[in-house]
Amino acid sequence: MPSRSSTLDSNWALIFVCWLIACISTLGSLFLSEVMQYPPCVLCWYQRICMYPLVLILPAGLFPFDRNMVRYAAPLSALGLATAIFHLLLVAGYIPENIKPCVQGVPCSEVQVEWFGFVTIPLLSALSFLVITALLILTHKRSSQ
Amino acid sequence: MKQKYLVISSALLLLLAFAGGALYYKSRQADAAAQAYQRDRSTFVRDYSPTHGNPAAKVEIVEFFDPACETCREFYPFVRKLMDAHPDKIRLYARYAPFHNGSDQVVKILAAAHKQGKFWETLEAVFAAQSSWAPQHRPQPELVWNYLGGVGLDIPRLRQDMESPEIEKIVRQDLADAKKLNVTATPEFFVNGKPMPSFGYEQLKTLVEDAVSAAY
Repeated sequence: MPSRSSTLDSNWALIFVCWLIACISTLGSLFLSEVMQYPPCVLCWYQRICMYPLVLILPAGLFPFDRNMVRYAAPLSALGLATAIFHLLLVAGYIPENIKPCVQGVPCSEVQVEWFGFVTIPLLSALSFLVITALLILTHKRSSQ
Repeated sequence: MKQKYLVISSALLLLLAFAGGALYYKSRQADAAAQAYQRDRSTFVRDYSPTHGNPAAKVEIVEFFDPACETCREFYPFVRKLMDAHPDKIRLYARYAPFHNGSDQVVKILAAAHKQGKFWETLEAVFAAQSSWAPQHRPQPELVWNYLGGVGLDIPRLRQDMESPEIEKIVRQDLADAKKLNVTATPEFFVNGKPMPSFGYEQLKTLVEDAVSAAY
């Protein structure tokens, strides 16, 4: 059995990692839109709505460590993950044209960035949300034991 | 206590990386644009592009604009003032970037007016009436006709030219060039191939004045 304080420490570290991922995703998306000037599509905005608040909500639960913070952060990251998966399916063509939510501006199915031949913006978003969601669930399980 | 420092220093580090990355990216882009201008000037200026100023001027301002764009309208007199401040040293080229829905119709009017040698007059009339035909960034191209009376255009000929494949090709070429040059917002200026480091009147003024003092 690990001691109470070291469990607390590792739970703290897990949320800290979540926060780091949220920060990198937030700054990364701002870099793409504000510096590289790629216009964000509608689905990207929905994912931003879920990602950006995590940057502020997570540290509020780190000082002092508050395990209830998972309950505030998980709905955002789960919704973000769902949107990102929807976006991936749209880009991959599994979701047909006519239920695309965006009609004006940038089509969500347009691939603006493709690094190493497969890394796209919605893929990075889905990965971030996936890791954050998984770590939040893990933290919740560990701290409610 | 240690944890607080960890969070604060991570935040600072990330912000620093962001700012550094942004500066690096901007400078690399400016270099790339300047190189592209040396190598492939035709992407910046096409034979058909409306132009104003001394043909022998050594400073070229290429402006990608959208007739429905408010900032383009606001920049127009500013650019003219810059040209007046350096008489015969600056030449202005207009490129179409109809990013608003419906702007392409207005751009076609402008391109057809250019065939009658009245591009700038038409542009001024279109900009002057912009709030009437494009309220809240929603262009209603059919309203533009109400404001072209004073320009002295041959309207029946204009309407015919507008629909010609030649004009269609011009608009498509300009949009393709805009994409190639990474123009995603209007107005975008290139002064002898160099874009503004960041957007603003002062930045454009500095860019132009540096180009003038380098060339003359």
